[in-house]
Amino acid sequence: MLKRYFSKENICWIALAAGAFTLITLMMNVGVLGSYHQITLYNICINIILAVSLNLIIGICGQFSLGHAGFMCIGAYSAAIVVRSMGNMMGFGLGILVGLIISSIAALIVSIPTLRLRGDYLAIATLGFAEIIRIAVLNMDITNGAAGLTGIPKLTTWPLLFVLMVISVVIVTNFGRSRQGRACISVREDEIASEAMGINTTRYKTTAFVVGAMLASVAGALYACNFYVIKPDLFTFNKSIDILVMVVFGGMGSITGSVIAAVFIGILNTALQSFASLRMIIYGVVLVAIMIFRPSGLLGTKEFTFSALLNRRKKEKVKK
Amino acid sequence: MWRKASLSPLFWLMCIFFLNRQEDKAMTQFLQQLVNGLSLGSIYALIALGYTMVYGIIKLINFAHGDIYMLGAFVAFYATRYFQLNFFLALIIAMVFCGVLGVFIERIAYKPLRHATRITALITAMGVSYILEYGTQFFAGSDVKTFPEGLLGNLNLEFWGIRISAQQILIFTITIVLMLALTYIVNRTKMGRAMRAVSVDEKAAQLMGISVDRTISFTFLLGSLLAGAAGVLVGVYYNSINPLMGMTPGLKAFIAAVFGGIGVIPGAMIGGLSIGIAETLVIAYGSSLYKDAIVYVILILILIIKPAGLLGKNVKEKV
Repeated sequence: MLKRYFSKENICWIALAAGAFTLITLMMNVGVLGSYHQITLYNICINIILAVSLNLIIGICGQFSLGHAGFMCIGAYSAAIVVRSMGNMMGFGLGILVGLIISSIAALIVSIPTLRLRGDYLAIATLGFAEIIRIAVLNMDITNGAAGLTGIPKLTTWPLLFVLMVISVVIVTNFGRSRQGRACISVREDEIASEAMGINTTRYKTTAFVVGAMLASVAGALYACNFYVIKPDLFTFNKSIDILVMVVFGGMGSITGSVIAAVFIGILNTALQSFASLRMIIYGVVLVAIMIFRPSGLLGTKEFTFSALLNRRKKEKVKK
Repeated sequence: MWRKASLSPLFWLMCIFFLNRQEDKAMTQFLQQLVNGLSLGSIYALIALGYTMVYGIIKLINFAHGDIYMLGAFVAFYATRYFQLNFFLALIIAMVFCGVLGVFIERIAYKPLRHATRITALITAMGVSYILEYGTQFFAGSDVKTFPEGLLGNLNLEFWGIRISAQQILIFTITIVLMLALTYIVNRTKMGRAMRAVSVDEKAAQLMGISVDRTISFTFLLGSLLAGAAGVLVGVYYNSINPLMGMTPGLKAFIAAVFGGIGVIPGAMIGGLSIGIAETLVIAYGSSLYKDAIVYVILILILIIKPAGLLGKNVKEKV
């Protein structure tokens, strides 16, 4: 049992995560990464959570959702409201929990009627739901309307952010390899055929949707407690597209791809910060170009895995 | 078809008229809102027609359609402000520009993806939409621009206490003329017949000697012409334009098309008018903050209750 958990590849992954964490922490402490770069770093981590969770819905389950910003919005606001009256780590935990509960309920409500729809209809319906969430937030007293909430204590620390990011990547990867995940993949490949094989497609689609929404709400909570201020404007349709660009760019269905794309786009965003509209034009051109020349994205559905790497080595040894 | 299209708003009008006869003042206000709603709805209908035709023929939600509408407004703005052209000339220039642009976009971005999955095409359309929006913002600036004053005069007509402005009359006439022309083209000309044929079965149409490529381009041309006209009308009506103005009306027009039954031309007209009226009534009697929400609620309701739309037919999925 223990051996299964501490297999060679798992150890490799843990080592990679720990190594990356130590390296970046060291760089922060030494001062190579200034506070300006740290903002980028935090953004990248939050975006990885968002991209990976959207990839669960779009890439693994094949359901085209354009409403990811809505769930992020729920997470951000619930965390912010709880934390503003209870500004310690316990409050933060409670806030995340509240966000998880609300977003999972919202995702259930959204998914049951809409997941019967296919393809582009689903996209528009999820977009509509996300807009409704945003408009509701815009009109509630507790969320302070269009002005948004300010003075949110900064509770997102670097270790916490990194750990949560790793956990969400692990959740999504393992989900993709589980029984449910394989059912989802079969839904993606051919919904009618998988239904004919006795798979309860609605159930698996809903599962993927709810898990994705919950992860997005965690990302929202982390966002709110990192940037002091949240406004409904932050969670528009454009935010959903931003996340979508990462997923499409990395390859729909590839978690590694999403992570790489989130890092790359995060750096690109910082580099192009002073040319906001140019950045959007580049986004547009990139989207069109990828779709025309390489519709499967950077990695397609391929994953980078240590087991493949180790196996290749073994094979080479055998050949010799 | 026309009977159906004109029936819906008239029916509404009459219903309310008989219900509310006693309260004269409330009645007048309601009718006033209805007129405002109809003019907004006409604009949605013009945009929705483009969505519905393109969707009917290549099953693509052309996200960039709302931005073509925005560009129509911008072209008319530059034509009237810097070249001092009169309104009708500007309208025609904007329409032609948008039509050509629509065909150009179709040739460059959508044609290579004709047989790709729908999601691929949808993402491409979003990319095109980004390029148009932020390209315009890059070149024209993000500030709100206003049309020159007195382009149409300040004529206001009053019927039984209901005010109708010159802009509104213009919107009604132009919309009706364009819709009549469209109906004629789709139902009576050779190209229209080709369009209908391709939307039913592309391969069979090709075997009958129809040039599918040309037909699809023609559809984009028609849709974009209408969107351009809608842009000009909205520019004159609200008198302010900006590069991101196409996003929300574009979505709403798409919802209108879904509401009426996507792919069905009279459906888009009815859908557009209904969405416009619903939105105006929410602004007048509810809160303007909820005006966008009502549209999405309508969308979700129609998708749950009757996914094929008001006039759409249920198509069984073939394996």
